[in-house]
Amino acid sequence: MREARSKYRFWNEFGKSLKPRVEELKFSIHRITKSPLSLVGLALILVFALVAILAPQLAPPERLHEPYHIPRDGYAAAPQPPSADHVFGTTEGQYDVYYGVIWGTRTAFRIGFMVVGATMLIGLLLGSLAGYYGGLVDEIIMRLVDIFMSIPTLILAMAIVTALGHSLDNVVKALIIVGWPIYARLIRGEILQVREQDYVSAARAVGCSHVLIILKHILPNSVYPMLILASLDIGAVVLVAAALSFLGLGAPVGYADWGQMVSFARNWIVGPPQNPLAYWHTITIPGLFMLFFVLGWNLLGDAFRDILDPRLRRR
Amino acid sequence: MSKLIEIKDLETNFYTYEGIVQALDGINLSMGEGEILGLVGETGCGKSVTALSILQLIRPPGRIEKGEVILRVQDKSNQSKHPIDLLDQTELLMQKVRGNEISMIFQEASEALNPVYSVNNQVSESFLLHRQKELCQDVLRKIEQDIGKGRSFLRRIILKMERRIYLRMREDPSSSLLAILSFLPIVRSYKRRMVDQARIESIKLMRMLGIAHPEEVVRRYPHELSGGMQQRVVIAMALACSPTLLIADEPTSNLDVTIQAQILDLLRGLREKLKTSILFITHDLGVVAEICERAAVMYAGHIVEIAPVDSLFRKPLHPYTQGLLESVPRPGCKGRLRSIKGNVPNLISPPPGCRFHPRCPFVMAKCSERKPALKEIEKSRFVACYLHHQETKKNDT
Repeated sequence: MREARSKYRFWNEFGKSLKPRVEELKFSIHRITKSPLSLVGLALILVFALVAILAPQLAPPERLHEPYHIPRDGYAAAPQPPSADHVFGTTEGQYDVYYGVIWGTRTAFRIGFMVVGATMLIGLLLGSLAGYYGGLVDEIIMRLVDIFMSIPTLILAMAIVTALGHSLDNVVKALIIVGWPIYARLIRGEILQVREQDYVSAARAVGCSHVLIILKHILPNSVYPMLILASLDIGAVVLVAAALSFLGLGAPVGYADWGQMVSFARNWIVGPPQNPLAYWHTITIPGLFMLFFVLGWNLLGDAFRDILDPRLRRR
Repeated sequence: MSKLIEIKDLETNFYTYEGIVQALDGINLSMGEGEILGLVGETGCGKSVTALSILQLIRPPGRIEKGEVILRVQDKSNQSKHPIDLLDQTELLMQKVRGNEISMIFQEASEALNPVYSVNNQVSESFLLHRQKELCQDVLRKIEQDIGKGRSFLRRIILKMERRIYLRMREDPSSSLLAILSFLPIVRSYKRRMVDQARIESIKLMRMLGIAHPEEVVRRYPHELSGGMQQRVVIAMALACSPTLLIADEPTSNLDVTIQAQILDLLRGLREKLKTSILFITHDLGVVAEICERAAVMYAGHIVEIAPVDSLFRKPLHPYTQGLLESVPRPGCKGRLRSIKGNVPNLISPPPGCRFHPRCPFVMAKCSERKPALKEIEKSRFVACYLHHQETKKNDT
């Protein structure tokens, strides 16, 4: 009997220690379900995630070794309207729009996560160094941030892509180089505020090292605004990447990417005089995908703010 | 009573835009083992800066200019004690001193607790930082017990692995192999035993501090506790490794009187039990009379008087101390409450000589010329005032 009790004690303890977390998670879910806009955002992102995951089923690639290459049906310039073969029609050069937007979802997620993940990491590292240590370190890092932020984002990104060569990887690199200063500045500001709190001094008085204080005591109290910005930024990053692709600086021709889909449609926005809407699908469909993707992340960012910001959470 | 800590000529300045703030100007103070010393003074007179200087926690733009803080540390190898100057130590050594030898209770308990961690997490942090070897010892004992119980084959292999890890940790807690292991996913779960052990220790400690249902409280977050309870948790954090010196920076000033009395009782009891010396920083003279044996009165970065509490209250010597005591309301005392005329000086350009002379009713010519030294005029009564220095001189001649 005693043996059995000791066996379950660990799980009982574990369950008890988990209880507040489960409560808070329940509350978070309650918060999201209370606000319809957050639900819409969540639903949009879930749908896009599903599309990205199921891309091989939704649009089976013809050439398995390069699934991101959009199949084309002939070489004629003028786009074809939607038909049974091509659900969303074809765009300039007979590239299949349906295939392009489905596999483009994967590209969008990849760009968004890679860029935002890397910028967050760099921003977190440099921002916490600058904020915590202050003095010369702060001065050097923040002036670097100022220099980067003084050049218009898109122009700098274009210059970097042009210098590195046209490819999607270089677009990602360029966006990382352009994007980290905002995160560094944000996290620095938060840390400046948190490091003056008594609990940081208390941790020092207990004998914590600087690294432990930053990681354990300061960052958990200052990282939330950055998470909110990050979720908003995924959408924005995808837009900038699309802009670069539109300008012909992004993915190679024929690569499944929403920016390039829009770029294909550039000459076909307005049709012939007698039927100006003849080629509506070329611009509208990739445009709508982009619109909903960015909208989804923005709404989700708002939801994150409601959940994560302790000042808004209990309202 | 042997001396535990001696502060000699401590000077701390803050380099602000307006100028150099001379927050501490030659502080001399010593404390015996197991003594409760009150450090009294108005807001901004340098009480907290003294505490932070002892721990070397002064942040830029502040800087400790000169002085010595000599702490007698128990030597682990032999039983003798040897003095070390804290101001000469490296940051790494200071991290071992903080929390282990000297620890500090902060003024605002609610702000001294990190809102994102449970009480357990914060109290056991100190154990995990300074008591690794002892914790390992306890953990190893538990592992031996578990092995003895003869569980399944796989379980025994895991237990033996854990035993090897903990044996290694006991030898060298900062080994690089352990640092790598603690990052590996699944493998790092060996740390759970350590954390569990630390939690048992914190519960023990909190029970000693008179917290009801410590098993329940350790799971709570700071915002779920009352002010008095928060203050107890902060005290528990400071006492985790039974330091030889506890610096209490106004631990009771935000609490109501009943809780205040409880906390004072608690601190007094701790001194009896653990033989901890307490440097009690406060502006509340009632609290000083209640708990302290000796008191040091500070004014504008100087210590003006050090005396045993009863003689300080019966016969204050320094004019500032007199003024301070007269401005405390007493029952049965009719008429207006007296106050000290004038304002606290700006420490960027403090008055020359004795910093109290512009407000002093007994000011003399030489008061503004040179700073009076802190002299022992009676047994264990130190005063920094020419008024009394003259008297002793007269007595000598």
